[in-house]
Amino acid sequence: MSVHPTINLDSLQEIVERHGYNKNKLIAILQDIQAVYHYLPAEALKTLSRLLKIPLIDIISVATFYRAFSLTPKGRHVATVCMGTACHVRGAPKILEEFERQLNIRRGETTEDGEWSLETVACLGCCAIGPVVVVDGDYHAHTSIRKVPTILGKYRK
Amino acid sequence: MKKIKKFKNLEELKKAIDQQEASRKREKKKIIVVSSGTCGQARGSLKVIDALKKAIREEGLKDQVAIRITGCHGFCEAEPNIIIYPDRIFYQKLTPPDVRTIVKETLVEGRVVEKFLHRDPLTRERAWYENEIPFYQKQKRIVLGDNVFVDPTSLLEYLAIGGFRPFIKAVTKMKPDEIIQTVKQSGLRGRGGAGFPTGVKWEATRRAAGNPKYIICNGDEGDPGAYMDRSVLEGNPYRVLEGMMIGALAIGAREGYLYVRDEYPLAVRHVTMAIDHLYQAGLLGDNILGTDFSFDLHIAKGAGAFVCGEETALIASIEGRVGEPRQRPPFPAQKGLWRKPTCINNVETWANVPLIILNGADWFSSIGTSGSKGTKIFSLVGKINNTGLVEVPMGITLREIIYDIGGGIPDGKAFKAVQTGGPSGGCLPASMLDQIIDYESLTAAGSIMGSGGMIVMDEKTCMVDVAKYFLNFLRDESCGKCISCREGTQRMWEIVSAITEGQGKPGDLELLEELALATKEASMCGLGQTAANPVLSTLRYFRDEYEAHIYEKRCPAGVCKSLIRYAVIPEKCTGCEACKRACPTGAIQGTRKDVHLILYDKCIKCGACLEACRFEAIEAQRDEAITIVKEVKP
Repeated sequence: MSVHPTINLDSLQEIVERHGYNKNKLIAILQDIQAVYHYLPAEALKTLSRLLKIPLIDIISVATFYRAFSLTPKGRHVATVCMGTACHVRGAPKILEEFERQLNIRRGETTEDGEWSLETVACLGCCAIGPVVVVDGDYHAHTSIRKVPTILGKYRK
Repeated sequence: MKKIKKFKNLEELKKAIDQQEASRKREKKKIIVVSSGTCGQARGSLKVIDALKKAIREEGLKDQVAIRITGCHGFCEAEPNIIIYPDRIFYQKLTPPDVRTIVKETLVEGRVVEKFLHRDPLTRERAWYENEIPFYQKQKRIVLGDNVFVDPTSLLEYLAIGGFRPFIKAVTKMKPDEIIQTVKQSGLRGRGGAGFPTGVKWEATRRAAGNPKYIICNGDEGDPGAYMDRSVLEGNPYRVLEGMMIGALAIGAREGYLYVRDEYPLAVRHVTMAIDHLYQAGLLGDNILGTDFSFDLHIAKGAGAFVCGEETALIASIEGRVGEPRQRPPFPAQKGLWRKPTCINNVETWANVPLIILNGADWFSSIGTSGSKGTKIFSLVGKINNTGLVEVPMGITLREIIYDIGGGIPDGKAFKAVQTGGPSGGCLPASMLDQIIDYESLTAAGSIMGSGGMIVMDEKTCMVDVAKYFLNFLRDESCGKCISCREGTQRMWEIVSAITEGQGKPGDLELLEELALATKEASMCGLGQTAANPVLSTLRYFRDEYEAHIYEKRCPAGVCKSLIRYAVIPEKCTGCEACKRACPTGAIQGTRKDVHLILYDKCIKCGACLEACRFEAIEAQRDEAITIVKEVKP
């Protein structure tokens, strides 16, 4: 089972060209690659190392330093629970636990069927309407433990 | 995207501003302003806009009513909301069917619909007009106020509020040194946290040897609980860009970067659009409007690293490297981006610049206290009635913000603390409510101004849990370069975690204080130097709560899971079965109309029953089992 597109070296080349083969644009290039695959495939990074003439280890060090990058594939749906301070005092940890129970995975993991990934984020800056959960880019405001199954249900066929 | 007319010279731009201003004054149409920032959209503003358009079309009002879609106005609690101009009638928390009613009753028949008006949480009084709402009355919205008047995707709308007049003034009438002097005299200080005088930074960059020079806008708003920069970038991106252009003119920079968090997709979109518009209009690029000022502006997107808010780490990130801070000096003003002189300011700082240039240093310095001038935007969030962004003059008290503007604490609970300054700041207790707010007094109280997060906590918030929360955040976000920060935050987190789990022991608090000092003294960057503030401030003001956890194995606020259990209060339970349905493990027994019972061996303490109960019949109690263990094994 694979829900991810296979690595297309042409599109990779295109991304690097768009950034003028500029080593200083490494973060922006990685962001563009991740936008295509929803993670950073090892093969793509190896090719990138060749194209930009940067040692692979340096690419990996950047890719693992920044939270936004993932070296493992993501599920078809991604649920991100905001763990900001305002969400925290309004019960975000309990919301996260409920997602963990409902999906039967821990934060940072992906379900075996590749349907769901569960992520956390330090703060989404929507503090007034917390606790906030984002699923596939849709913001869900004022979430509660009871709303979690409803939110998941919207994306389950 | 609509093609934007290119201005050939300053005269043409001036004419366009005059025209836009005049046509806005002549405007006879009613204008419905819809607040539609990220919060508004999350609450359904886009559906409200669709419904509004449809209703206006159906009522045949297209020629009499215009819609302006704007960024956030700050009153996030009331989203989605609209303001109907010229009367400024304010309707809040709207759904698409509500909008139909409003169009019929207010626009067609001229009646105000009471039920959609704002009602003050304390007095229960309804406010008809935006300016009558207590939330707005004590604010001074010099930066945020214009969000109401500007469609952030339209350069012409920005011109209609006099946008780019400050730039024209700076480029035609002021020498670079004069601009710097004006900013210095205004007393503007960095709004990102540290409060360094902006004009001094500009002067240092201008005087520094080395070319080219760069300017950077720091939009890496990483403090959890703070989102004023997001709102400014989303709601009025042109003002920030204009500030940067004036800064570039003063410093002698030809190129600038706007570093913005990737977690803010709408802000990224609006800023990208605004930069494109400025290029199309000839306001960015070579020889802008026929002058000898050239300026290029790029966007760099962050990739989720809190430490990148630190200026040297941010520079490393723009250069495509791992965002680790480096030793200062040399300061970025001497050696910054690509080791060239670089001036970094925060979003809110840049947004203040055009206002200072236009209205003068005296105008700006007339607002605020002796050491802190102007206004500051705070995000007032957490356990507070009127959540949202508030822009207040420096020198206002915490009490005024929390009670007069914020409307107090919800559900009749008691105020416990307010956390300012994010992970570098601290928690201030009720005894500090009459504290005035400026850079110096917040620091003296053991917190900091920071970027402006203000998280209100009530009696149900555990301060030890809050300290654990920030330590967890910091140990996660520490870049790991300094051992004092990397290991210090980790070790403090371990100790505080143990305390919340009932494993605290005598001597823990002293050890925490020692570690806090070491982390503060031995770390290189701001993140490490301030990492102990949440612990130190909670120890300073809420030591009794730590002690209750350690010596009595008790969490007074009923938050720390290991020290509590949920119980049903028989007198309050109506037997409605709501908790029973909510319980994921079947730990609640009871039949309809009978008092329910929680089975402790099945309960996982998820809190679903507490949330589901409408009668406050579920209570977090001290876990007796732990007390017994303690008595047996002292």
